[in-house]
Amino acid sequence: MDGTGTSAAGFRPVPARPAPRSTEGAWPWMRANLFGSWQTTAGTVVLGALMLWLLPRLVDWALLRAVWTPDLAACKAMEGVGACWGVVAEKYRVIIFGRYPFEEQWRPLVATVLMVAILVASCTRPFWKRWLVLLWAGVLVAFFVLMYGNVLGLSKVETDRWGGLPLTILLSSLSIVLAFPIALLVALGRRSDLPAIRAFCTIYVELIRGVPLISVLFMASFMFPLFMPPGLTIDVLIRVLVGITLFAAAYLAEVIRGGLQAVPKGQVEAAATLGLSYWQTQRKIVLPQALAMVVPSIVNSFISIFKDTSLVSIVSLYDLTGALDLAINADANWKPFKLQGYFFIALIYFLFCFAMSRYSQWVERQLNAGRRR
Amino acid sequence: MSTKSPPRKSPWSWRSRAFRGLIYQVAAMAVIGLAAWFLWSNTLTNMRVRGIQSGFDFLSQPAGFSIGESLYAFDSAESYLRAFGVGLTNTLRVAIAGIVLATILGTLIGIGRFSRNGLVRGLCSAYVECFRNIPVLLQLLVWYLVLTEVFPAIQDAWKLGPFFLSKGGLNFPAPVWAPGEAWLGAGLLAGLALAWFWRRWARRQFDLTGRARSMFWMPLALVLAAALAGWLAGGASTVLDYPVKGEFAVENGGALTPEFLALLLGLTMYTAGFIAEVVRSGIASVPAGQGEAAAALGLDRRMEIRLILLPQALRVIIPPLTNQFLNLTKNSSLAVAIGYPDIVSIANTAMNQTGRAVECIAILMSVYLTLSLLTSAGMNWYNARVAIKER
Repeated sequence: MDGTGTSAAGFRPVPARPAPRSTEGAWPWMRANLFGSWQTTAGTVVLGALMLWLLPRLVDWALLRAVWTPDLAACKAMEGVGACWGVVAEKYRVIIFGRYPFEEQWRPLVATVLMVAILVASCTRPFWKRWLVLLWAGVLVAFFVLMYGNVLGLSKVETDRWGGLPLTILLSSLSIVLAFPIALLVALGRRSDLPAIRAFCTIYVELIRGVPLISVLFMASFMFPLFMPPGLTIDVLIRVLVGITLFAAAYLAEVIRGGLQAVPKGQVEAAATLGLSYWQTQRKIVLPQALAMVVPSIVNSFISIFKDTSLVSIVSLYDLTGALDLAINADANWKPFKLQGYFFIALIYFLFCFAMSRYSQWVERQLNAGRRR
Repeated sequence: MSTKSPPRKSPWSWRSRAFRGLIYQVAAMAVIGLAAWFLWSNTLTNMRVRGIQSGFDFLSQPAGFSIGESLYAFDSAESYLRAFGVGLTNTLRVAIAGIVLATILGTLIGIGRFSRNGLVRGLCSAYVECFRNIPVLLQLLVWYLVLTEVFPAIQDAWKLGPFFLSKGGLNFPAPVWAPGEAWLGAGLLAGLALAWFWRRWARRQFDLTGRARSMFWMPLALVLAAALAGWLAGGASTVLDYPVKGEFAVENGGALTPEFLALLLGLTMYTAGFIAEVVRSGIASVPAGQGEAAAALGLDRRMEIRLILLPQALRVIIPPLTNQFLNLTKNSSLAVAIGYPDIVSIANTAMNQTGRAVECIAILMSVYLTLSLLTSAGMNWYNARVAIKER
């Protein structure tokens, strides 16, 4: 038979297969990602050459030949060859704290640290409790006491001398905190069965979202004084804060409405079956689900408001962007090195925004953990 | 056994849901109306007390200020209305150019994040993270500073071929239009018509026979050929006006001011970062199985992208892309910070000169609202075209 015939031919071992090409480690990664095909290789060569040409020059300018001390003569000598970070070393107090009195600048520092601490704390789960609201109220009071003074033996500092990073952080966090309840009501109003309320909320949102923030800020600084009863003047900081809050509320309302729409209809129907009232339904059934879903989008709104506060420098408030002008424009010696000042505050903005966007991506992953397979 | 009918529900009872709804709405409207009346009466009182005049009659008065750059000639003796017109055209000019450039750059970067080349992927991610996380105002200020301080003075402008780059902006050769160019326009129109007919015919042929014909290159060639024919028929009379470096300025040719360039660069680079993310998430939203199915059907890579990937990705991309276009248009209002005469800076100047803050801000807001509505209407129309056609 055939079977016995082949076995009679004797045992011949199959030669061992070559070991599989390793797929992990630096070299295989490069083989797959940099030299996979001839197009990839060509791209790598061109881009690599470009980077090899550019990067050393950049490092040379920004780090190796840079002047780090506030030494004007050295900066002038290296102009065009090395960066002058001395301008930051010389002016950082004004850039970060604006026109706040020099000896009192520990106060905005403490206030800012407090505010950043509670912002970071609000981002972690152990703090998602009822008392977080009280904590926020406490920190805000402490912030204003520290900044404004006039109590506890602190000297009084008018709001027109506030500036720099504390102002940027104050405007962005306070406006988003104040905008949140408004946005909640407007979002519910846009989905309400009552036509008049729905129409009003829709008009508000579309109107605000249709115009640029700068026109809202112009309105806050030029028209609010006209709106108030004669004789009543409101501080420009408050007016701008109201403007940004109303602006942020419209965008936040759309974010929350997105979350409301994502809650299945059966949830509301089940609540109605249980006999819950409208507000009970919203508070106990709909909002907890809707808000949890939109946490990443809320963080993203916060990021854009944080960046948008730079616009208040146009209506003559000295936030981080305005304070840089304040610090450098008046000083003819350092003015040629303003670009380095811009890079410094760009770095500050970047660090805040980048950290927040990473946080929002992390929350998104956490929320999708149940759905991921 | 006594049967008691349930209590009759009166439509005017607090128990009636509809009645309660009505009361809530009336109350809400009353509160809003009262607030509006309060603000309005305060405004009127304040204006009377401060002696501020109101009304839009100032629009016909001479503006009394000159404008740095405009698409059509503007003189300081002309009316405020025309000044606003100049501002509006300047806004539109930078917004349209920015939208086109940001879409191209953003799409390239968004696609680059799927590249097989790790270096390209890394650079594209770095671009997105960098430009999205820095305020657009700051970026504009940096570009403006670079263009006006770092660049050489006009006397020693950089010369790149026929282009000049200096603190005075960018100078480039511009065609001089002669009457013969009417032929070029006619040729272009004829080419467009031809291309339209070709596409219609090709689509019908495809439906009938299944033979695919070029739907992009052939029409493009038709348009270009017809335009060229028209230009030649007109006597090929176009002359390029080359910029020449003079004593104090670069003369002749076309010019872009540093303000315009800084605004365009800043808006484009910033918005491109966002558009790249929109494009990336749109492409990522198409399930991998779709591409595999296309390969199974024997479509090559180009056909797969055109027929399978793009139609599905576009549906996801268009709505957020519209938002980015609107954002870019609204962000162009930051021109006021670098002195580009867009509608906001014109309104700002007019406001300072006439004191009519209410009117100027009203004009500003209505202009932007109109632009927003027009853009979203256009994009909604396009979106309806690419949306899923259900039976």
